[in-house]
Amino acid sequence: MFHLSRKDQIKLAIFALVVVTMPIWLAPLGAAYPGLMQKFAIYAIFAIGFNILFGLTGYLSFGHAAFLGVGSYTAVWSFKLLTMDIVPALIFSTLLAGVFALVIGFFSLRRTGIYFSILTLAFAQMCYSLAYSVLTPITNGETGLLLARNDPRVIDEALGAGTVGGAGLPTPALLGNTVSGYFGFYICAALLILAFFISQKIFASPFGLALRGIKSNQTRMIYTGFNIRPYMLAAFVISGMFAGLAGGLLSVTDPIAGAERMRWTESGNIVLMTILGGVGTLIGPVIGAWVIEYFENIFSAINKNMLNAAFDFLPDGVQNLAVTVLSKFVGEGWHLTLGLLFVLIVVFLPGGLVEGYLKLVARFRRGRGTKPEAGGK
Amino acid sequence: MSKLIINRRGLLRTMGAGAAATLASPMFFTRGAWAQNFCNDPTASGKIVFGFNVPQTGSYAEEGLDQLKGYELAVKHINGEGDGGLLNTLKPLSLKGNGVLGQKVAFVSGDTQTNTDAARDGARRMIERDGAIMVTGSVTSGEAIAVQSLCQERGVIYMAGLTHSNDTTGKDKRRYGFRHFFNAYQSGVAIAPHLAEAYGRDRRAYHLTADYTWGWTQEESIKNATEALGWETVATVRTPLGLGDYSQYLTPVLNSGADVLILNHYGHDMVNSLPQAVQFGLRDRQANGKNFEIVVPMFSELMAVGAGEAVKGIIGTSNWHWALEDEGTKAFTKSYGEAYGAPPSQSAHTGYVQAILYADAVERAGSFYPPEVIKALEGHEFDGMGNGPTLYRDSDHQCFKEVLVVRGNDAPTSKFDVLNVIGRSARDEVTYDPAIFGGELGPYEPNQC
Repeated sequence: MFHLSRKDQIKLAIFALVVVTMPIWLAPLGAAYPGLMQKFAIYAIFAIGFNILFGLTGYLSFGHAAFLGVGSYTAVWSFKLLTMDIVPALIFSTLLAGVFALVIGFFSLRRTGIYFSILTLAFAQMCYSLAYSVLTPITNGETGLLLARNDPRVIDEALGAGTVGGAGLPTPALLGNTVSGYFGFYICAALLILAFFISQKIFASPFGLALRGIKSNQTRMIYTGFNIRPYMLAAFVISGMFAGLAGGLLSVTDPIAGAERMRWTESGNIVLMTILGGVGTLIGPVIGAWVIEYFENIFSAINKNMLNAAFDFLPDGVQNLAVTVLSKFVGEGWHLTLGLLFVLIVVFLPGGLVEGYLKLVARFRRGRGTKPEAGGK
Repeated sequence: MSKLIINRRGLLRTMGAGAAATLASPMFFTRGAWAQNFCNDPTASGKIVFGFNVPQTGSYAEEGLDQLKGYELAVKHINGEGDGGLLNTLKPLSLKGNGVLGQKVAFVSGDTQTNTDAARDGARRMIERDGAIMVTGSVTSGEAIAVQSLCQERGVIYMAGLTHSNDTTGKDKRRYGFRHFFNAYQSGVAIAPHLAEAYGRDRRAYHLTADYTWGWTQEESIKNATEALGWETVATVRTPLGLGDYSQYLTPVLNSGADVLILNHYGHDMVNSLPQAVQFGLRDRQANGKNFEIVVPMFSELMAVGAGEAVKGIIGTSNWHWALEDEGTKAFTKSYGEAYGAPPSQSAHTGYVQAILYADAVERAGSFYPPEVIKALEGHEFDGMGNGPTLYRDSDHQCFKEVLVVRGNDAPTSKFDVLNVIGRSARDEVTYDPAIFGGELGPYEPNQC
C-alpha cells in the first residue's frame, strides 16, 4: 500500500526536505515567518488536490473555493461546539467538504468542458452568496465567524479540560499543545507531505491511469466499455476533500472563517496557481501556489521607503527614477506584477514553471553534448 | 604530579559548575523578567516598528490610501521631522518630538485588499516578521474586528482606524483594541434632530444597507433614532459589499410608499449608490405629498468628492472635517496640505490621531509593556486633536467627543469644499451606557507570540 517507485521515493524525499527546511531557505526572501509559511503549506495542499482533478482529468473546476470555505466554517464550528482540539476539526472539515463535493460533482459532472466549469462556478457562487448574506446566523457574513470565550465546546466541557490559552480567547490545540507559530507550520508541513504522497500514489495507480485516459480521449474510453462517471466523481470528491482539509487548516492556524474564501476570485486563484506551476505535474501546482502566495504577501507589503532604502547606492536622479517606476509594481500594484508574470508564462511556457525548468535542464545537457531526455518531474 | 591531578580535578569541577551556572542562568533571568517579557519588545529588538494595515485595493482603497498618508505624517511628527503638526496642540502632551522614549519610530505597511483574510495575513506578517509593537489601520469594521481579535491573541495593541460599527467597541470589543472614530449609535443620536428639523416627524423610511457588521449596526441605530422621532420604517434591504449597479435595489423603492431613502453605504458603495439613486429621479419625486429625500447617515469628504453633484443637500454625520475652526484642525490641515497638496480626509485624521495617541501613551507609561500602555490610554482625557475635549473611555475603549452633522454643499467654491458642517452634537448627548452593547474586554496580560 505504501510502495512507491524508486523515482517517486526520491522525489518524495526531496520534496519533504524542501518543505521542512522552509524556515531556512525562505529567510533570505523575507518570507520565513510562521504566518506565511503556514499559508505556503496550506495552499500547496489545496493546489495538489485541485491538480488531481484538473491535471489528471482535464476537467476545469471554477468552484473549488467553495470546498475551502466549507472546510473553514466546519473547523471553526467544531472549535465552537465540540473542542479546541484540531483533530476532530480537520476530520470534520475534510468529510463535510467531501459531502459537498459529492453533491456538486453529481450534478456538475453531467456536463463536460466549458459547461462543467460554468456549473461549478455557479454552485460556488451560490455557496458564497449563502455564506455572505443568507446563512449569516451560521457564517456571520462579511465579519467572519469568530471564536468567543463563552462557546459551548461540549467535549472540552465534559472532559473538564481548561481552555488552552489562559484567560483570553481559547486557541486551537493538538493534544493540549497550542497550535501556533512554528508548531502550526510543522503540522501543515506534515500534512502537505502526506498530501503529496497521496497524490503520487494516485498518479501512479490504475485509477490515475483511467483518469488520464478520460482526459486524452473520453469517447474512446466509453466505447471500450468503461463507465467514466464513478471515476470522475471519485476524482472530484478526492479533490474537494483536499480543499476541505486546506480550509480546515486555514481555520486551525488562524481561527476565523470568512465568506471571501468562497469567492470566485479565490477559485480563479487556484486555477492560476496550477497553471503557473504546471498542470498535470506533481510538483508544479505546489510551486505555483508558493509563487502566488509570495507575491500576495511580500510584494504587496513593499512601500516606497523600502525601495528608497534598496536603491540607496544609486545616484539621486537614477534612484528616484528607479523608485518611481518600480513602486508601480509593488505595494498596491502587486496585482500588475503578478498579471505580467502570468501572461509571460502562458505565452512562453504553456507548461508552467516546471516546463521552464525542464527546458533549462535540456539546454544545459545539450550544451554538454548529451542528448536531452524526456523529462518527467 | 599529584598536584597536577588535583588541579585537573579542581579545574573540571570548576568547569562543571561554571557550565551548569551558564546553562541555568537564562532560566533564572528569564523567570525574573517574565512579567515584562512580551511580544516584539522594542527594548529587546532595538527598533520600534508600527504596522500600518490599510486597504490599498478594493472597495475602500481610496480611504485606505489617504489613511496611510496620515500615518506616514504621524511618524514624521513623532520623530521630530516636519512642522510637528498636532504635537503643537495636543494637551496634555508627553511626546518630545524625538521619537518614542527617545528612539525613532519606523513603520511597515500592508494591503488588506478590503478583505478580512488579507487583513489578518497582513497583521500577522507585521507581528511575526517585521516585529511590530503596535498595529493600526482599517477602513471597514469587518477588518477592524478581525484584526483586533488577532491582536488580542498575540498581545499586540491594535489602534483601529476608520471603523463605525457599534460592534468594534461593543459586542466584539477587546482589551488590546482602541477606537478613536465615532460609531453608528452616535451617528443616530446626532443626526435625528437635524432630520426632524429638515424633513419633519411624519416620514416613511426605506433602508438600503451594506451587508456586514457596520451596515447592520448602522441600520439598527438609525432605525431606532428615526423611529423615536415618529418615522416609520417601510423596509430594510441588504446589499452585498462592492456592488457596482444598484438599479435592482432602487426600483422597488419607487413603489414602496416610502418618502425617505436611507443609504447605509460607505466608500465606493455610496459613490455608486447615491448618484444612481439621484439619476433614478428619486429626489425629483413626490411621495405621500412630500419631497422625496435621501439620507446618508455616515459621510466622508472622499465619498462626497466621488459622488459629485449627487451629494448636494444630502445630510449625514462625520467624525471630523478639515474646515473646522479649532487650533488642532488648522494645524493638521496645514501640515497635511503642505505634505500632500490636498485637505485631509477624516480617514487620514483618525489614523494620524491614533498613531500619535499610542506614541503619547507609551511616553506617559514610560514603557512599551502593553498592559501599562493600555492603562495609560484607558480613561485618558485629552484635547487639541481637532475634536474638542475627548475621553478614551476605559469600559469599552471608545473615544467620546463631539459628532458633526454635515450637509452636501450646494455651491462649492472648490473641489474640496463639498461638505458644510450644519451642527454638532455635544459629547454628553452622544455618550451612552456601555452595557447596551454587551461584550467583554478580556485580560490585560499579554499572550506570548
